[in-house]
Order: sequence, then C-alpha cells, then structure tokens
Amino acid sequence: MKAFGDVLLEARNVHFSYTPTKPVICGASLSLGRGAMGAIIGPNGCGKSTLIRLLAGLVVPSAGEIEYEGAPLASIGPRVLAKKIAYVPQSTARTFPFTALEIVLTGRTPYIPRFEFESNRDVERAWEALETVSISHLAQRRVTELSGGERQLVSAARALAQEPACLLLDEPSASLDLKHRAGLMRTLSNLRNRTGLTVLMVTHDLSLLDPGFDVIFAMRCGKVAAQGVPYEVLRDSVLADVYDDLHVRTHRMEGKTFVWSEV
Amino acid sequence: MIRQNAEASTERGNKTSDADAPQMGRPAGAYPTASGRLFGALGILLLVLGGSTLLALGTGYQEISFALLRDDEITRNIFFRLRLPRVIMTGIIGATLASVGAALQALFRNPLADPFTLGVSGGGALGASIAIALGWGARVSGVPLVFLAAFAGAAISGAIVYRIARTGLVVLPGALLLSGVVLNLIASAGVLTVQYIADQTRALQILRWIVGSLDVVGYDVIWRMLVFLVPGWLMLIAFSRDLQLLAVDEETAASLGVNVRRCEWVIYVVSSLLVGVTVSVGGAIGFVGLIVPHTVRLLFGQNLRIVLPSSFVLGAAFLILADAVARTVFGQAELPVGAVTGILGGPFFLWLLRREQHYSAM
Repeated sequence: MKAFGDVLLEARNVHFSYTPTKPVICGASLSLGRGAMGAIIGPNGCGKSTLIRLLAGLVVPSAGEIEYEGAPLASIGPRVLAKKIAYVPQSTARTFPFTALEIVLTGRTPYIPRFEFESNRDVERAWEALETVSISHLAQRRVTELSGGERQLVSAARALAQEPACLLLDEPSASLDLKHRAGLMRTLSNLRNRTGLTVLMVTHDLSLLDPGFDVIFAMRCGKVAAQGVPYEVLRDSVLADVYDDLHVRTHRMEGKTFVWSEV
Repeated sequence: MIRQNAEASTERGNKTSDADAPQMGRPAGAYPTASGRLFGALGILLLVLGGSTLLALGTGYQEISFALLRDDEITRNIFFRLRLPRVIMTGIIGATLASVGAALQALFRNPLADPFTLGVSGGGALGASIAIALGWGARVSGVPLVFLAAFAGAAISGAIVYRIARTGLVVLPGALLLSGVVLNLIASAGVLTVQYIADQTRALQILRWIVGSLDVVGYDVIWRMLVFLVPGWLMLIAFSRDLQLLAVDEETAASLGVNVRRCEWVIYVVSSLLVGVTVSVGGAIGFVGLIVPHTVRLLFGQNLRIVLPSSFVLGAAFLILADAVARTVFGQAELPVGAVTGILGGPFFLWLLRREQHYSAM
C-alpha cells in the first residue's frame, strides 16, 4: 500500500441509524490518508451513502468518532469545515431555474461574509471550477434544463469552487456517459496530483478503480468489511463475500482490473 | 459489422477532442455581480413604487389635486388623515406578504408556497377573529392581543403543515400545499363559527376585516405594527443567503455550512409573526406572496438575495395599486383588496401549477 504523509479523515467504530430500530452503520472504521484517492464500494443499502454523509458532517454518529486532521469533526465550525470538506450529493433539487454558474457560485459561500456579495475573484474561481470539469459552455444554462449527468458535473464544479482539501462524492458517475465518467476520474486524478486533493467517492463502477485509486473500502451490512489497494480488494473471493454473489468475476489485464458479474 | 451513420462519423472526424478545444462560454468582460444586479433591480423597483404611490394617493372616491394640499383644509384632511396612512399601511402589508412568500418558497423549495396557500394566513385569521369576538381590544404591555392571537394562529397552522409535509429528509411538495389548503378551509369554517356565535357588532367587525380591507387606519396602528415587522424584515434579509442555498438544494446547503434546522426554525417563527401581524390588521390578503416573487424572478433572475429585497419593494407597489383599484373600481362602494388580489392571484396560481407540472403528481 502506498504510504501517505498523514491521516486526513478517520472514522472509528462509527454507529448510526435513521430510525431507532434499524441501524444503518454499525461499527464502521476507515482512515483516509492526505492526498489519497479512495472509493467506497458495496451492495445497495449497505450504508455507503450514509457513511459518506457522516464523513461530510451532515449527520452525526450515535456512537464512535470521526476526525478530520486529528480533530473531532463536531468540534469544527460548519463554515470552517465547508472550506476543508466538500460534498457532492447523489442528486440535487431542481425546483428553481438557477443557472449553472449561480449554482457553482454557491460553492464560494464559506469564503464570503454573511452580508457581503461575491467578489469578482469569487466569480473567477467559479469559472475556473467550471473549466476544470470542462462544462464552462453550460455556465449560463438553467439547471432545470440540464440532463442528470450534466447536473452532476455542475454539482462537482460547485464542490471544487469550495477549494476543499477533501472531496467526498456520492456516486458522481451514476448518470454520466462513458466519456464523462472517465473524464471525471481523470479530472480528479489530475487535481490530486497537482494540488494534493484528497478524494473519497461512493461508486458502483468497479472497473474504473484500478488503476487510479489508492485505496478501496468495501462495505457490507454497515461495516467496512474489506479494505486495501485495488488489487487486494478487487478479487473474486473478496467481492463474492462483499456482494454475497458467487457470480462476481475479476480479471487483471494490461494493468487494469475488470470486474463483472456473470449473467 | 456495425455501420456507422455517415454523417455522425464525418462530424466526429472533423471535431477536435474536447481537451484541445478552447474553453467556451466565459465572457471576456467582467460578469455582472449579484450586488450590481441587486442595486439595479432596487433602483427600477423603487421608481415603480414611487409611481404607484403617487397614483394611489391621487385617486380615490375624492380625486385629490396635489396643488390644493397647501390651501384646502378638507383636501388636507382627506390626504393626511385617510389616504396617506392607508397607502403606507397597504405598502407595509404588501411588502411583508411578498417577502414572506419569497422566503417560504425558498425554504420549502416549492414555487407555489405563500402565506395564503400554506394556511398560515388562515390560521392567523382564525386567531384574530377569536380575539375580536372575545372583545380582546386590550393590550398586554402595549401589545394588542389581536396581534398575539393572530401570531399564535399562524404559528400553529404553520407547525401543522410542516409536520404533515416533512417526512425524514424531504418536504413533500404536494402534501405541503394540500395540508395548507385544508387548514385554510378548517380555519375559514372556524371563522364562520366564531362569527355566528359572536354578537352582532363584533360579527360585523369580523366580517369587515375577513376579506382583507384596509379602511380606517391611523398612524398609531402603523407604529404598533412596525415594532414587530421591522425586526422580522431584518431577520429575513439576514437569512437571505441561507435561503438562497436552501433554494438550490438542502443537502448542498448543509454541506456549505448552513444550519438547516435553525434556518427553518427562524424563518418559521419570523413568517408566523409577520403574517400574524399583517393579517390581524388587514385580514387574509391572498396570493401577494405568490404573484410578486415570481414576477421578480422573471425580471431579475433567481438569486434569492436579489429576489427577497426586490419582492419587498414590488410587493408594496403591487398592493398599493391593488388597493387603489379596490377603492375606485366600483365608484363609491369599496371592494375589499383581498378580492382584487384573489381574482388576480387565483388564476396566477393555476398557471404556475400548470407550468410546474411535477408538483401535481406528488
């Protein structure tokens, strides 16, 4: 496993449930090194999204600790945290026809005092974020008219406009086409190499993980059941157990790992 | 073998890959910032407000010529004792209802939300009519009991609507509006009952006020209202950025540092207070909070930090004009202003509903 300077984000024995009777996360632990690119995988309903929401500080664990740079997440003020951790939800509301640029500009909020408006510099940063994910041509389009994949990219650009040290994404590639899926991975990987951005994403795209990702957390029933570098986790035996599916097959070829389930 | 569409493949052959293509869309000059757009919008709308105020002051059962103000005692009396306070009051109520509407739409991410459609006005009306029927003209340390009763009624119906519509992480837009409509029905049935039980003079008092009429207003009422309204307005402005983020997306707002629950709580209390006070003075005037913010959005864009203050100014202008129409359209007989806004707002609501089709499904 590649060594990273220090631990940036760590969860220790975290528990959480939305309703008292049905625990969603029961004793999950993971630690993510600074500058690492990590993925959370696992079957539907195993708590991936909830775990990433816990790590983003959107919900508070009922037991266990979550730490950012060694400090408890709850002890960091929401505005300060918003400059460190950015979160891209699976989907966003589209009630009002905001333009893509307006959405991306909301990412600058943590940097603007409550009663001030965004400066030209903030607008500049928003454009840069749009350019980073190659969607500056969508800037003046209304988000209500964009496709699901385009909205996901707008959401990603908004998160980048936050200039975070750590980017958490919940299935960012779910409605992206082949090209944009790979394009987003390339963008994130470039950012990681250039700026040291730490990335953690929930994904079902197991074939996009190796090469590129440094660490994979495989979840099952609210726990991190297996973790390690891609080629350790992306194995028939491990995945069969995680997904409870004996049809899972993996194949390593030309430095890539392909994963599928036999039909 | 798959045959590719000839046109598509030539197009592909000619096009350079996205990575090499120059970035499109970024304007060469400076992009107009939100502050610039806000001041532009406010400038235009203040002119509109000034124009409609002058128009409303001049028109009425008694035409007023501004030239006569200096010399003619009767004209002066009509102007300063009757018409001016009424226009000021109307402006205050219109501004309040319109900005509360804009705030509620953002808070619930529902373009059809408005104090009237969410049943908050109805609850306030019931509270106020109970207070009138019981003859609570009294004040508790300077605060008229009718204000407090209307505030309580608005707060209770707001809480009920919210509890019904909110399930876990989402506010169901359909449930929000339906429960609002039903609460309005319950409240108006309640008002009718109260009116039936109450004695003649008080029943008449309630009737005069139910439909939202703004006659017989003195400056003292205006001052008493402002004590409650000004802090409420300031709170709305203070929370306009949080509301803007909530209008975009609740989870995103939370990840950007908005304390969603606190914001909901503050806006809920503030809107109940603002609506309660306006209802207890002017009655349940419907749809102002719907028509005005949407007009502002069409004119000046979606940014709530522009929409909220602009709705405030345009709301004042709109209700002042609606009241001028109500005063003059049938000559001597005055129409309640609530009838005018209802006749305009009902069809507007239906048009919005038609446009936002996905709401009818939920």
